[in-house]
Amino acid sequence: MSDVVIQANNLTKEYVRDEFRVMALDDANLQVHQGEFIALMGPSGSGKSTLLHLMAAMDRPTSGSISVFGQNLQTLSDAEIARWRNTHIGFVFQSFNLIPVLTAMENVELPLKLTKLNKTQRREQAKRALELVGLGDRLGHTPRQLSGGQEQRVAIARAIVTDPDVILADEPTGNLDAASARDVLTLLGRLNKEFNKTLIMVTHDPGAAKTASKIRYLEKGKLLPEGQKPAEY
Amino acid sequence: MKIPISYNIRNLIARRTTTIMTALGIALTVAVLLSVFALVEGLRSSLVSTGDPLNLLVTRKGSTAELNSSMTPEQFQVIKVKPGIAKLPNGEPMASLELVTVIVLESPDNPSGINITMRGLNLTGAAMRESVKVSEGRLFQPGKREIVVGKGVAKRYPTARIGSKIDLGRGQWEVVGILDGGRSASNSEIFCDLAQLAADQNRETGLSSVLLRATDEVAKQALINDLTSDRRLNVDAVSERAYYESQTGAAAPIQFLGIFVAVIMSIGSSFAAMNTMYAAVARRAPEIGTLRVLGFSKPGILASFMIESLLLSLLGGIIGCLLVLPLNNFTTGIGSFTTFSEITFDFRITPEIMLSGIIFALVMGLIGGLFPAFSAARKQILTALKQN
Repeated sequence: MSDVVIQANNLTKEYVRDEFRVMALDDANLQVHQGEFIALMGPSGSGKSTLLHLMAAMDRPTSGSISVFGQNLQTLSDAEIARWRNTHIGFVFQSFNLIPVLTAMENVELPLKLTKLNKTQRREQAKRALELVGLGDRLGHTPRQLSGGQEQRVAIARAIVTDPDVILADEPTGNLDAASARDVLTLLGRLNKEFNKTLIMVTHDPGAAKTASKIRYLEKGKLLPEGQKPAEY
Repeated sequence: MKIPISYNIRNLIARRTTTIMTALGIALTVAVLLSVFALVEGLRSSLVSTGDPLNLLVTRKGSTAELNSSMTPEQFQVIKVKPGIAKLPNGEPMASLELVTVIVLESPDNPSGINITMRGLNLTGAAMRESVKVSEGRLFQPGKREIVVGKGVAKRYPTARIGSKIDLGRGQWEVVGILDGGRSASNSEIFCDLAQLAADQNRETGLSSVLLRATDEVAKQALINDLTSDRRLNVDAVSERAYYESQTGAAAPIQFLGIFVAVIMSIGSSFAAMNTMYAAVARRAPEIGTLRVLGFSKPGILASFMIESLLLSLLGGIIGCLLVLPLNNFTTGIGSFTTFSEITFDFRITPEIMLSGIIFALVMGLIGGLFPAFSAARKQILTALKQN
């Protein structure tokens, strides 16, 4: 299909820990289409985050291939991957990962430093992103001066500020209270529906997964076929 | 620069105690080095600014200094009529026969006394030293046991103040004036009447040197050639400035020791900076991972941590310069093996010296920051993100 954003073929990731081989992801095949919102679920150690990290080229597969917009990520050098990630991927972490010494505005502006925008344009774009997540009045606040929910919204603003094609979220509500988690999920839903962003979200929370248009399950490193889920779910 | 410098500055502020302690370590090292440089520069500037560029110093062939030279009045009579010597307004040649000897002055710091150069000269000799002014009191009078002391000597020796009397061999000499020779070595000397000193020292026929003023540069070179090749005289002639410049070697042992200590200290300071930066890299591993996920490259991370280390050392360099500033114009003295007496001079902190201190600090920061910055850049994204 022409609107395939992510294509993973026989994707395998094996780690060696203390002389033991750990199969984190075993022969996964996946297609993600433009505008899809997929939740990846499964027990701890099932390979959800590994799959997400491979999609973001934060790690390299042991075998198999992964392409994003037709670009085989294994063929890119470190420097090319860094540029590619800045342009195409927005990443949201479970623990927000904001830079503590920078303000909300500066945190959001950070990825734009790698673009050709001038300072005024960067500031305007960062401000728009923060307004979009409802934090237009918190521009000068540092992460310590924000609540967990607000921090995650700043992180989402940072993830979308470069207008990436794909947003990858690793347990985005994992560290949030119920109300903040609801706000964040609503925001992610809006990004998918209103802005047609492709979203892949790793979550443990079945409630959060319902925000997605599709849920895919993993178990013991295997990506289960669509419609199948582990016994405990 | 992709990663903003404000990120580094704020991190330095955030861990201010470590920053200050490391910067102070670097500052002390810079201060040690700069004090040595200031001492050497003070001595150098004192010696190179001594004398008129057209002045020539004539000494016995083979002597290394005025102190071990010997010159007779007969030789002087031959020398002063040589062509190319400038004339005073009264028509007299600008030639001064001088006697240089060493006296011992006591000071609170050195109760056993320190050697000071005492120079006997006539009024022509005094007039030939245009840059040396009597700043207090008056010049000595011929035929009297009167002395004028250089301001450096007056500052360091309470016994050499105006009105004081100094017991020298056959009688007491009264201090009647203070000389201000700018930065020149004349500040380290005592001037008195040539005839009186020669009589007191029984050296009427064995004087030390002759100071000449050439009419111009060409005449100066011709005079040097003429004097050194005149077999009757058996003398050496050198530019007065060159003679004093050759004495800057007096600071060589201190310079060597100071630089040696500073280099040893700089190794320690570099390790301190390295330790600080390794700690920063370890503590900020998740930030490094995040920056990489946002698209910052490995060289970008390396540059950012290098800049942070350089900022840290720059702060140390600036503090080091500030620490050493009070030394500027502080008067001290150093013994010279050429004159066997003390040369007094002021520490000099010049902008060039401060710049060298800053560069030295930056080199320490560069060395200290290099390995931690490489370690930050080499971190795997996932490993970095998992570190806490």
